[in-house]
Amino acid sequence: MSGVKVGIGLPNTVPGTSGALLVEWARRADTGPFATVAVLDRLVYDSIEPFAALSAAAAVTSRVRLATNIAIGPLRAPAVLAKQALAVDALSDGRFTLGLGVGARRDDYEAAGVDRRTRGAVLSEQLAFLRGRLDASGIGPARPPVELLVGGSSGAAFARMARYADGYAHGGGPPRAFGSAAARARAAWRDLDRPGDPRLWGQGYLALGDPDRGRAYLRDYYAFTGPFAEKIAAGALTSARAVKDFVRGYEAEGCDELILYPTVADLDDLDRLAEAVG
Amino acid sequence: MRVTVVGAGPSGLYLAILLKKADPGHEITVLERNAPDATFGWGVVFSEETLGALRDADYPSYLEITDSFARWTSIDIRYRGRVLRSSGHTFSAIRRTHLLDILQRRARSLGVSLRFGVEVSPAELSTADQVDLVVAADGANSTLRRTGSFGTSSTPQGCKYVWFGTDLVLDAFTFIFAPTDAGLFQVHAYPFDEHTSTFIVETTEATWRRAGLDQMSEEDSMAFCAELFARDLAGHRLMSNRSIWLDFPLVRNTHWHGRTEVGNVVLLGDAAHTAHFSIGSGTKLAMEDAIALANSFVRQPGDLEAALVDYELERQPVVERFQQAAGDSAAYFGRVESYLGLAPIQFAFNLLTRSGRISHANLTQRDPQLVRVLDAWFAADAAGTDRIRPGEVAAPPMFAPLRLGGLTVRNRFVRAGGDPVAAAGTGAGLVLTGFVAVSEDGRTTPSCPLLDESWAPLVERVHAAGALAGVRLGHAGRRGAVRESGVDVPLREGWPLLSASPLPYAPFCAVPAEMTEADMDRVRAEFVAAAERAAVAGFDVLELDLADGYLLASFLSPLSNRRTDVHGAERTRFPLSVVDAVRAVWPADRVLAARLTATDWAPGGLTVADGVEHARVVAAHGIDLVHVRAGHSSAASRPEYRRGYLTALSDRIRTEAGVPTLVGGYLTTPDEVNTALAAGRADLCLFDPPPTPLEASL
Repeated sequence: MSGVKVGIGLPNTVPGTSGALLVEWARRADTGPFATVAVLDRLVYDSIEPFAALSAAAAVTSRVRLATNIAIGPLRAPAVLAKQALAVDALSDGRFTLGLGVGARRDDYEAAGVDRRTRGAVLSEQLAFLRGRLDASGIGPARPPVELLVGGSSGAAFARMARYADGYAHGGGPPRAFGSAAARARAAWRDLDRPGDPRLWGQGYLALGDPDRGRAYLRDYYAFTGPFAEKIAAGALTSARAVKDFVRGYEAEGCDELILYPTVADLDDLDRLAEAVG
Repeated sequence: MRVTVVGAGPSGLYLAILLKKADPGHEITVLERNAPDATFGWGVVFSEETLGALRDADYPSYLEITDSFARWTSIDIRYRGRVLRSSGHTFSAIRRTHLLDILQRRARSLGVSLRFGVEVSPAELSTADQVDLVVAADGANSTLRRTGSFGTSSTPQGCKYVWFGTDLVLDAFTFIFAPTDAGLFQVHAYPFDEHTSTFIVETTEATWRRAGLDQMSEEDSMAFCAELFARDLAGHRLMSNRSIWLDFPLVRNTHWHGRTEVGNVVLLGDAAHTAHFSIGSGTKLAMEDAIALANSFVRQPGDLEAALVDYELERQPVVERFQQAAGDSAAYFGRVESYLGLAPIQFAFNLLTRSGRISHANLTQRDPQLVRVLDAWFAADAAGTDRIRPGEVAAPPMFAPLRLGGLTVRNRFVRAGGDPVAAAGTGAGLVLTGFVAVSEDGRTTPSCPLLDESWAPLVERVHAAGALAGVRLGHAGRRGAVRESGVDVPLREGWPLLSASPLPYAPFCAVPAEMTEADMDRVRAEFVAAAERAAVAGFDVLELDLADGYLLASFLSPLSNRRTDVHGAERTRFPLSVVDAVRAVWPADRVLAARLTATDWAPGGLTVADGVEHARVVAAHGIDLVHVRAGHSSAASRPEYRRGYLTALSDRIRTEAGVPTLVGGYLTTPDEVNTALAAGRADLCLFDPPPTPLEASL
């Protein structure tokens, strides 16, 4: 039961992150105490595309898992999404975990020219494709099944997760919020007669070296959520002590893998986190 | 800061007090359209927790408030001519006018400007001296709220009710249930000072109309209530205070603050949210709003917007929890008539646990006597008697045996799926297999088991471990021919599928063939043959799968049955023919159960009323036990996975269809199981404790 694994996010959605910094971040994470390097996904923002970022990370790492947590599935055609996922999995020699969700932003859908109203059904279809139809599609390289996570907070999202995925990707918040989502994920898992338990992934934000800059980034990144941006900014972990409490809290709620994302693209924050959880 | 508070109810006044206390430099004006002594309603209730918050927020008013409180610790339930008293609860209440008087005096003494009898239009507010913040504390029908877009919804919730006072002084929170020819009336009554009690009468709209109350004057309806409850009032009178029959408005707002034509507006109390009166939390929530808003100005000094965000984020989740509980409570009183068949002690426990805030375990702490008697009654009832001896003690409900058909299950908890022998070893009374197919083409996955000879030794080992063995028998229908990984992911090379109508279940699933009468005859014969093999194998319980979108379920739901023949007109026809044929060969002394869909959780699908009707019909065809399921008639169903999400559905089916039920829904603690059983919401529970490192550390 005990033993949540801690992963670190790449700063791919922190504006201004250079290729060199992103690669160095991945390289250093591979030597650190981290189980996973993960990325977020936004289209209409100053950010680096998640599959491209993980491909770069794959080239300079040999140990850590690489994960999208999550990528916005419906923005991509299922076959293209599958191709990208197979590529990262092949480049990393099977270290890839594909987390998918519907995302929360309208402008991403508008920019991609995708109808947002059917996003849930489209995600289900993508998952069904990845789990089944893909193997007879001629889309290669042929790989063993990639680990799949699904995010979301509606009943339909939990059912979709239990129907197709290996685990659940929570969207962030205090440990209690994670615990309540985890109970729903397990309930959905039982409801669909899946054996065992879903893998449970959580996430949080770090702002260790420069809390004000980190919070300012979060207010900007989440401006579209209105008042919640303030709450997300207030939840950023600003000390080693806060990180340790957070990790313990998630562990107590049964989290398997906890990803902590940077809010400032400064390698010192990676080192501070490594020290806090190492 | 300059603040105008519109509405001099408890929340508006309390906010004015707290803001002025925090900084005497604030200019606070409270506007109220009524006179200072005009009020509606009688007494208001507070919990201990709220009192603590009031004490910390403003000690002088706390002292005055608590000085004039009525306090009590009991809940009386008057039902079938008996009074059941539950103790160990803590309530306090105060006359609403007295509370307002205390708050008005306190506000004035701090220098708050109070103006009564002024009706201010939004236009006047916006042209008045520029203020920093306008507080909408003007109630559930807030006019100020209409100046902006707060995402407001206001919908009637629960029953018709009327709010009286009485000079009968009660010594307990009192529920009275009075059946009449027109239907059931219930009373929620509680004392609030040494002379007076609040006396709320409630009934469904249908009963209210049948009784002719929709045609009666205010006076006549009060006379009607006084006569109906004459015995309970014991010579005391009812008092009216504009006491007319009302619908309770459930008010919600997606945003609690915003800029409107009158400036920065924030919603407080009933203007922001309401919670059904049957959990007695309206004034409590309103005053806690005031405390939270005042604190947010302290936490975010000089930043109005940040303070309002802070307030909204702090209060919204708390209020949502209360609204959820209040909704459950309102719904309970809307259907309480269906519980009149319950024995008094079970009726009482069901009432006390209606909103999910009290369970078997925490009632054991509050009122150990009641729970001891309840457990003893439950055990006696399970043994077929309704008498218990003074001082009798019994194990909690989950350990009471259950007589079902000709069998006795040793206790009330069930394990399903996985290894049946290991499950029997956990102490469960009944273990159920996972999905077992009636035939090869009825399988889900290629490794899905069939009902062959291999089961007999397994059943023997389950029996040796003391449990009964049940087999879940089904035909996968359009959910067949799928892979082992995930669910509903079709095989590359599957087999032909059958269903009520030729509609694929999920993306990329094969299109099933619409069953012909010949198909139906063949599948019915397969069910019969499998049932005969199950009897030979020694299974005690045969559970027919009529749920989750499998073959038999596909006939029952309008989402999957689009037939134009007799099976479309009469969707139960084929599934019932299978039930009949199986019942005919399944030994009469063994249990025939059915997994059944209580609701499709999808637009256009089966409703709970349909689910209840199906339960009634299958019971009439010889089903001894309904295993309550929901959703999955279509892959697009929208389940609600909140704690105990199937229990309320089991309650409806057990109570309204009068059939024993088994319910799951990820019940992980003995307390959830004991609560559901003792309240009469189920007869058996699937118990699903999560693994714990404690077991390995023994």
